[in-house]
Amino acid sequence: MSIEVRIPTILRTYTGGEKAVEAKGDTLQGLIDDLDSRHSGIKGRLITDEGKLHRFVNVYVNDEDVRFLGSLETPIKDGDSVTVLPAVAGGAL
Amino acid sequence: MLSLPREMLDQVVAHARRDHPDECCGVIAGRDGVATRVFEMDNAERSPTGFSFDSGQWLQVYRSLDDADEEPLVVYHSHTATEAYPSRTDVLWSKNTEFGHWLLVSTRDGTDEVRSYVITDGDVVEEPLTIT
Repeated sequence: MSIEVRIPTILRTYTGGEKAVEAKGDTLQGLIDDLDSRHSGIKGRLITDEGKLHRFVNVYVNDEDVRFLGSLETPIKDGDSVTVLPAVAGGAL
Repeated sequence: MLSLPREMLDQVVAHARRDHPDECCGVIAGRDGVATRVFEMDNAERSPTGFSFDSGQWLQVYRSLDDADEEPLVVYHSHTATEAYPSRTDVLWSKNTEFGHWLLVSTRDGTDEVRSYVITDGDVVEEPLTIT
């Protein structure tokens, strides 16, 4: 099964400019591993060295933020859609 | 240089005043560098010292821009007790966003100081803000 992953502008340097790419996996972690095997380096922008989802990105499965699902353990099934966006934050300090 | 219609700037300042003492945040969309519309975002932190876009709302806004061939031109937010200058946190986050301009509003002491910046690889450069 192949899942469409929508990539934001800031990460399209890894996908040759493509807005959406295909990847395979049973969980979000597996999907990202597969994505990295085709688009080398993208994993480092999504997952920290400690193996957690990076706070600088939002990942959505079927429009739900995976932080409210199972994070990297979120199951992925045929027909799901995955979207990556840059998270936006800041503050006075 | 950032050029904004008076009504858009007024909307941003009104948003900042309304959310004071918490920080407000939002997006000004653009097309070919020209501002097209304002999206007032919910500050998921509801904090006087920080902001983050509500993730669900941000997905809807981003998609709406994509569908209309618009770009995330400006990210705006307020500082409610300090000057309208990007903080270390702002600079850290700027490295990871797609916005060409950071617009800051200070609402401290009842003033509304508005200034615009370009932040490139951590370098903050103030730019002229022109009202049209």
